[in-house]
Amino acid sequence: MIYHQAIIVGGGLAGLRAAIELNRWGIDTAIISKVHPLRSHTVAAQGGINVAIGNNPLAASDSPETHAFDTIKGSDYLADQGAVLKMCRMGPGLVYEMEHWGCPFSRNDEGRIAQRPFGGADFPRTCYAADRTGHALLNTIFERAVYHEIAIYSEYLVTSLALDDGVCQGLIALDLKSGMLVPFSSDAVIFATGGAGRLYGRSTNALINTGIGTAIPYRAGVPLKDMEFIQFHPTTLFGTNILVSEGARGEGAYLLNKSGERFLADYEDSREKMELSPRDIVARNMVREMEKGGGFEGGHLHLDLRHLGKQKIEERLPGIRELSMKFAGIDPEMEPIPVQPGQHYTMGGIDTDAEGKTVVKGFFAAGECACVSVHGANRLGGNSILEALVFGAIAGEGAASYIEGKEKMREEGMVLDSLKREEEEIKNLMASAGKERVPDLWEGINRVMDDNVGIFREERSLKEGLDKVRELKERSKALALSYKGKSFNYELYWGLELQGSLDVAEAVILGALERRESRGSHFRRDYPVRNDGSFLKHSIVKYTEEEPSLIYRDVDIILFEPKERRY
Amino acid sequence: MERTFRVMRCDPEKDKKPYLQEYQVSARDGMTVLEGLFYIQRRLDPSLAFRFSCRGSVCGSCAMNINGRNRLGCETQVSSLKGVIKVRPLGHFKVLRDLVVELDGFWEKYRRVRPYLIPSSLPPEKERLQSPEERGRIGDTADCILCANCHGSCTVTGTDSEYLGPAALLKTDRFLRDSRDVAGDERIRIVDGVHGIWRCHTILSCQDVCPKELSPTSSIMDMRKRLVRKRGNDGR
Repeated sequence: MIYHQAIIVGGGLAGLRAAIELNRWGIDTAIISKVHPLRSHTVAAQGGINVAIGNNPLAASDSPETHAFDTIKGSDYLADQGAVLKMCRMGPGLVYEMEHWGCPFSRNDEGRIAQRPFGGADFPRTCYAADRTGHALLNTIFERAVYHEIAIYSEYLVTSLALDDGVCQGLIALDLKSGMLVPFSSDAVIFATGGAGRLYGRSTNALINTGIGTAIPYRAGVPLKDMEFIQFHPTTLFGTNILVSEGARGEGAYLLNKSGERFLADYEDSREKMELSPRDIVARNMVREMEKGGGFEGGHLHLDLRHLGKQKIEERLPGIRELSMKFAGIDPEMEPIPVQPGQHYTMGGIDTDAEGKTVVKGFFAAGECACVSVHGANRLGGNSILEALVFGAIAGEGAASYIEGKEKMREEGMVLDSLKREEEEIKNLMASAGKERVPDLWEGINRVMDDNVGIFREERSLKEGLDKVRELKERSKALALSYKGKSFNYELYWGLELQGSLDVAEAVILGALERRESRGSHFRRDYPVRNDGSFLKHSIVKYTEEEPSLIYRDVDIILFEPKERRY
Repeated sequence: MERTFRVMRCDPEKDKKPYLQEYQVSARDGMTVLEGLFYIQRRLDPSLAFRFSCRGSVCGSCAMNINGRNRLGCETQVSSLKGVIKVRPLGHFKVLRDLVVELDGFWEKYRRVRPYLIPSSLPPEKERLQSPEERGRIGDTADCILCANCHGSCTVTGTDSEYLGPAALLKTDRFLRDSRDVAGDERIRIVDGVHGIWRCHTILSCQDVCPKELSPTSSIMDMRKRLVRKRGNDGR
């Protein structure tokens, strides 16, 4: 059996940052990832990372507290304020640290890290490396992990946790290359597995972001929090839904309807901040504009960069230009980019506290798969990789101090029991004579989530969605595989991911159905107003063998009293 | 529109040698080669193996040889290819299965060049200063996505298994160009050898196949110049 003191699942920014923290404590640490770490979804982050360091002349009076306020207001007051404050205060030091480790940030004239404006922020505080910030950060942190010689198991798909009486003892993973299940024993496990965006068909997310990392702890008894809050990014390329960074609007790009008008001026909640209104508001008004007939055929609008000029586009938005040319056949210097809103981010996730801890001892979570919560009902652009960086470090430290203070001995027997169970499951799946095929069920989930759990929601379609997902769950019991090979069996891979994703989809819809109000990204046409009396609360979903159960928990409000959210 | 994909298949566990298999793919407008492969995997043949992740040209997973040229499957439009679409694994690598190749050696070479910033002193409280001009000197060398297209197309990596290869050498240059890095001499020492910068034949295939239009060859030439200059200065 393979043993490491700490095992981190996921090799994106949160996972690698956690590994470096553990390494600093002298703890033997390994990363397990279903792809090589540099293929993680962090690499696709474009626009930047928010920290109040005041490098932009317009941000001289910025502070972590102002950043926290913007984040909390952006969250529609659902974020836990202590956690947000912690993130905004720790952020600057951790971003400087990334610079010290070599991150090639863009620079201002003084040679400091350049900062640009982003939606929902009072000051320009988004640090960037052109429009490839995620790529720059991921490479830098991976380089650092190489420096520290952290063990990496690439192309291992984790299938289950080994728990013993509420204590995490390790996990089981499928080595994609050999096709064998491998038991890993460890004193602490951190999940940093990213979001569940690929529950949706129209998503900016990498194809690996299926939500299996959310499903595994959920099915093992760790609750999920605020799953109904799904962010839809306003500007994704029409057709492929590849992300077009908010940085484009930060640099001054316009959103136009088919008559060439900046239609955001026609809507009360985006009149003031226009293109730099928060994402939930812009995405909704885009849909409203298209419903009014202002869209182009097929359902899209225009993002116009032309007035920014060649130099600014090539210097600050080269990636956007490249993607537009490759995937839409459009040069944004000459033509507007066809865009539509698309699923982008999972605000909810594995229920953790501000230390990254969960209800299971020795099991931590950080980054997009976790819900602390710092994004509440709507995440501000530039706060996701900040969360990954900060809470990656925090979870690493939390796991380190847990390991140092641990009294109970390791139980390898538990891990072997889990291995036997998983081997049995896979054997059964391989031998199944059922009629259901993996891709059909995946198409089913994607269709339900796109059609029934989108930007605008209401009782009837949510109920229908829940029924459909439960039907898919039922059908998945008859799942069968036609390919029986061992090495790189992607039918098995997608099949294993499918079952967990169905449970996560069910949790999302249940949360959305029961939240009879509109808050942040969650907009109910039948309950269009925020209702603090009943719903200024986190939703907590627990897995049971029958149907999931849902309870609510108070929000941590220590600084800013909830007010109407106006921009 | 129906398009023929001719894909090289191999399961080393049971196939003595690779073989070609044809599939008819119903190609909608805007379909990429990666999407075509998913069409095959989902509808025609679930045994087909290939790597994927971002599907948006930034993660470097789906490097493969398409119609004789190394490209990213995700950014290659089916409509841009004439006739039968021929898909093979990247050359110069051991095939693990179908289009999935063993990249351990590639990452080993990456590690060998010490791919991380080596600064001169303890960091300041805030960021190290770097002027826009100094940042500009790093240029696009930091934009490499390590897809291995270059490594798989280089004629030298095909004949000299010890050659560091274009991607690792580009990474060396990325740090040589960084005003914050002080390990220049050591970096040059690592690449100064028969399996390093002197091995490049300047055929420019790395540059030709780079999805980010980077030029490892230029980096290699710059490093050669730097080394020659240094030898001159050292009085040799």
